[in-house]
Amino acid sequence: MFQILDEDGKVVNEDAMPDLSDEQLQEIMYRMVYTRVLDQRAVSLGRQGRLGFYAPVAGQEASMIGSHYAIDKEDWIAPGYRDIPQLLWHGYPLWQSYLFSKGHYKGGQMPEGVNALIPQIIIGAQIVQTAGVALGLKKKGKSQAVITYTGDGGASQGDFYEGLNFAGAFHVPAIFVVQNNQYAISVPADEQTAAETIAQKAVAAGIEGIQVDGMDTLAVYAATQKARQNAVDGNGPTLIETLCYRYGPHSLSGDDPTRYRTSEEDDEWEKRDPLVRFRKYLESKDLWSEEKENEIVDEAKADVKAAMKEVEETPRQKVSELIEIMGNELPNNLQEQLEEYRAKESSE
Amino acid sequence: MAEMTMIKAITDAMRTELKNNEDVLLFGEDVGYYGGVFRATEGLQKEFGEDRVFDTPLAESGIGGLAIGLGVTGFRPIMEIQFIGFMYEVMDGLAGQMSRMHYRTGGYYSSPITVRAPFGGGVKTPELHPDSLEGLMAQTPGIRVVVPSTPYDAKGLLISSIRSDDPVFYLEHMKLYRSLKGEVPEEAYTIDLDKADIKREGDDITFVAYGAMVHSALKAADQLSEENIEAEVIDLRTVSPVDLDTIVESVKKTNRAVVIQEAQRQAGVAAGISAEISERAILHLEAPVARVTAPDTVYPFASDEDVWLPDHNDIIEKAKATIDF
Ligand SMILES: Cc1ncc(C[n+]2csc(CCOP(=O)(O)OP(=O)(O)O)c2C)c(N)n1
Repeated sequence: MFQILDEDGKVVNEDAMPDLSDEQLQEIMYRMVYTRVLDQRAVSLGRQGRLGFYAPVAGQEASMIGSHYAIDKEDWIAPGYRDIPQLLWHGYPLWQSYLFSKGHYKGGQMPEGVNALIPQIIIGAQIVQTAGVALGLKKKGKSQAVITYTGDGGASQGDFYEGLNFAGAFHVPAIFVVQNNQYAISVPADEQTAAETIAQKAVAAGIEGIQVDGMDTLAVYAATQKARQNAVDGNGPTLIETLCYRYGPHSLSGDDPTRYRTSEEDDEWEKRDPLVRFRKYLESKDLWSEEKENEIVDEAKADVKAAMKEVEETPRQKVSELIEIMGNELPNNLQEQLEEYRAKESSE
Repeated sequence: MAEMTMIKAITDAMRTELKNNEDVLLFGEDVGYYGGVFRATEGLQKEFGEDRVFDTPLAESGIGGLAIGLGVTGFRPIMEIQFIGFMYEVMDGLAGQMSRMHYRTGGYYSSPITVRAPFGGGVKTPELHPDSLEGLMAQTPGIRVVVPSTPYDAKGLLISSIRSDDPVFYLEHMKLYRSLKGEVPEEAYTIDLDKADIKREGDDITFVAYGAMVHSALKAADQLSEENIEAEVIDLRTVSPVDLDTIVESVKKTNRAVVIQEAQRQAGVAAGISAEISERAILHLEAPVARVTAPDTVYPFASDEDVWLPDHNDIIEKAKATIDF
């Protein structure tokens, strides 16, 4: 397993240390803290019934932020349902992520210039699509890559193997990140596969594969940066397995992790917390302080408030609008139904 | 008899058959140790062991293939698709393979498989969880599509499905899992898979429905009754093949029909039924066969499903228009 910082924030692999300025290191920490606060707020908003579907991310910040920080603004992301933070840091507005959570179509309207697909609910679908995006970028001669995410469970899907194999066969600029957070809802990773690592599945596809400490943001960053370089240099795709943990439930829709996890296991993983580890490292270089951190907490909370306000002011979607967005053209069946529902809505 | 929710009745049916027949196996994502995301399989692994009730890796196509292979080696698999929208991942297994095993081997092999999947709107699940995809399967000969609407039916129909030597796609409406209770016998009993049930008798109009819409139809019928319109409510129970005899007989009595489904209007179960009624009973009809359905868009996930889904008011409106025709 590839690692740079140990649990105490000490550098254990000096040679692999990425070339990051102090400001960049601080920026990574800033993003991880901000993301942790967003997660805490989302969980609480979800519990109050003010959000729709939400999948908690605490424990996965190093994996998410470290990998995203290594890609370019021009690169593409094909996320799964849990990968909201990477999208946010790629330019997808927070309030829209809340609309997505609530199932409002405006949540899916990516802003101009944000190269991303909307979060995928069907596990594995994004993996095959990634091969397509990557081939598209290659054919257009772009010096861009596409990064996609799934979980340890997702690595069991047929689509996962097809996506990896296609990407290898077409030799395209794709990065596949499997965030192995140990569980697919209740099923532990070692029941998904008899393979020792998920990273080794790259071998069968003829692509690069690496297993990384997913609680170590520098290791994730370095591995992803290398994968990206390979991608844009025309050296083909990479599979990155990040070993991490999700502290919370699978989603806020009724999952109870105490039914399949012990508190000892939770404690064990919390000792490796990515924020604690990186904070220690930054503190050792005099790059971090409590005040700084508190400012970020306040900033994130204020942003959540503002985003929620925007969401609550967004008009409820109408069935007639759903009919209008079915396709570019309105076929005759929908033309008729559009009139029907408009009449209904105006009489309401 | 015991009072049970639909989900308890479903668990009870599986327990009964796991006990009754060693060859019955139960598997899918999270169904074993965890007891299913809806708790439909709760306690069954503990009771019957990991050999009989087990988790699979996260791959629906794999689950379907596993069921087919186990089926031809003498087992009677119950496989769970965690939510109906994930059936697209196993469409070849369902429509391309299970459904035609008997046919293409001239009866040498069959697929004694029960495929369980939750579906249905009104409970605010994310996209691709609630869709009504029964019409898609109903288009496929060789696989029965069963949709219970009460706890009693749920148990009897599931036991019949598990005992059936042909594959059955057994759909569980999520809204009905815990929203209603009913008397359910403790012992094993079966319900004929190919027979619709008249849930309410009436002379003025026939409502044909299934799943949660049966309850909307009953509600509409109660309200219409206050205006002296008596609707007969037929619960299809099985949407493929459809029990046309029961429907046609009812239409011959009431001379009017409204076919109701949660699914979108285009193609689908209600379209097929209304065509059959026209072909078989046109001279008995006083008005065109009407349909109450959702519009032809993608299911709107959580936020507006209550506006999008048809309800008892839509049924009342269509019923009145049919009567005033
Ligand atoms: C095709 C498909 N099958 C099943 C599901 C239901 N489901 C949602 S998340 C999940 C577990 C996913 O686990 P993993 O891939 O490890 O990702 P994690 O949620 O842990 O990040 C399951 C079974 C789904 N959304 N899509």
